[in-house]
Amino acid sequence: MEKPKELKAAYQNEAILTEKLTKVFCTRSSSITALQDINLSVKDGEFLCIVGPSGCGKTTFLRILAGLEKQTSGKVYMISKNPEKPLTSMVFQGDSVFPWMTVRENVEYGLRMRGVPAKERREIAMKYIKLMGLSRFADAFPCQLSGGMKQRINVARAFVNDPEILLMDEPFGALDEQNRLILQQELLKIWEGTGKTSLFITHSIDEALILGDRVLVMTAHPGRIKAIVSVDIPRPRDILLLRSSPRFAQLYRNIWHLLQEEVTKASAREFAI
Amino acid sequence: MSMVEERIHKTFGRVIVKEEKGDIKSKAWASRGFLLKILTFLSPSLLLILWEILAGFHMIDVRLFSSPSRIFAALIPMLYSGELFYHTMVSTQRIVLGFLAGAFPGVVLGLSMGLFPPVRASLMPMVAATFPIPKLAIMPLILIIFGLGEASKVFTIAIGVFYLVLINTMAGVLNIDNIYLDVAKNFGASRFQFYTTVALPGALPMIFAGFKLGMGTALLLIVAAELSAAKAGVGWMVWRAYDMFDIEKMFVALITMAFLGYVFSCMLDLLERIVIPWKSQKN
Repeated sequence: MEKPKELKAAYQNEAILTEKLTKVFCTRSSSITALQDINLSVKDGEFLCIVGPSGCGKTTFLRILAGLEKQTSGKVYMISKNPEKPLTSMVFQGDSVFPWMTVRENVEYGLRMRGVPAKERREIAMKYIKLMGLSRFADAFPCQLSGGMKQRINVARAFVNDPEILLMDEPFGALDEQNRLILQQELLKIWEGTGKTSLFITHSIDEALILGDRVLVMTAHPGRIKAIVSVDIPRPRDILLLRSSPRFAQLYRNIWHLLQEEVTKASAREFAI
Repeated sequence: MSMVEERIHKTFGRVIVKEEKGDIKSKAWASRGFLLKILTFLSPSLLLILWEILAGFHMIDVRLFSSPSRIFAALIPMLYSGELFYHTMVSTQRIVLGFLAGAFPGVVLGLSMGLFPPVRASLMPMVAATFPIPKLAIMPLILIIFGLGEASKVFTIAIGVFYLVLINTMAGVLNIDNIYLDVAKNFGASRFQFYTTVALPGALPMIFAGFKLGMGTALLLIVAAELSAAKAGVGWMVWRAYDMFDIEKMFVALITMAFLGYVFSCMLDLLERIVIPWKSQKN
């Protein structure tokens, strides 16, 4: 048995640990293993990107961490260093901005749920609204905004909540190239300022390399960890410079080879069905 | 034909030219909109004139169908004597009280049934079984239970409004996109906060659809409620005119009801715009 103090020292640098995490979805006739025996450790302050073919259980993994779903078996340890902060905040895939709240009310949502006084939460919210370039629309309803702007609200809402762990599920997946580039820049800027433990799902290798400290490549059916690639590109990062660097191209190729196998396998299975 | 076009024609034979002059303020559209407005005003007026002419030439029986001028002649003294106003206010009071008495529990119960599957499972059979019973069929029972006074009229309207609001509210909650429920959960909303920040605002558009349907039903039921054991009201006016064979008065009552319905629907629209600002700002 390790003593508590040693234990604390051993996990000082960890934020999330999973042990044989497994999730099985049961339908009436069959069962699908979305996640199988995921053993992962995420360091405190790390930006981890997750890529993998569709249906590999990426979203399920994040939802388990967010407390929106329960695993079938296995353990998750989330090591909280700041008990007064919320543990996780999620940036959801797709349009999850409340249409019945103004931009500011949406961004304030987490703070309001925690009972932060109105004046204080307004100040914090406005700071991020400004950062996201939405000042002019603070009192507008989301239906008056474009898809890219709504996604900014989605991101700002999670950042404002100032959680210990940020979970982002393809936040820029539905955006056009220009908007995505701009939001990636914003995210890099904000993240490099706060250094918050972040998990980020994406289907773009490009995006994973731009943002991540490490890239987790997953397999599909069942969802397993195939490889973890360290992105040894120094920060602060400049997206345009980074993309043209030889190291970037090399890493891109590595990850693509890992993914290619999986994607081919996944589509072959679809044909078989 | 311009020089360029001529040259093109010579070379290619068949050319399709699409050209606009760049009029941003198209007069054609503006005049069209104006025309449509006139049309909406003109067609009912024409119908009234036709009615008056047919009555004037005795092509329809004025004893049965009356005529606009006769109805108008009957309306004016009723308006001056305050008789019409009195009956309108009596009915309005019944409709408003009945509407509130039906809508409020409808919303509360509808939200609960939408949010909590056990509540839905236990109440839905009763709602489904009693909803199809025509409200007119239980009028006698209501009269026996609530007596001949105001309560029976208010209750008749309330029960009609209640079901429509209940079912719409529940459907509204069930239709809220799951992703909003996840957001609320992830950001730590308590049960009460969930009610006020997601379930209620998310269901509001459907709740208002229920209100509008309920208001229509309320107007329908007021006539039935005032059929028996009433001494005033617009519905009573209709039946009174029937007894006295006073067709003009009957038409006056019908027009009043149409007017009441219009006013109520305008008020609901206004309320909707205030309560659901995100919907009206869409365009």
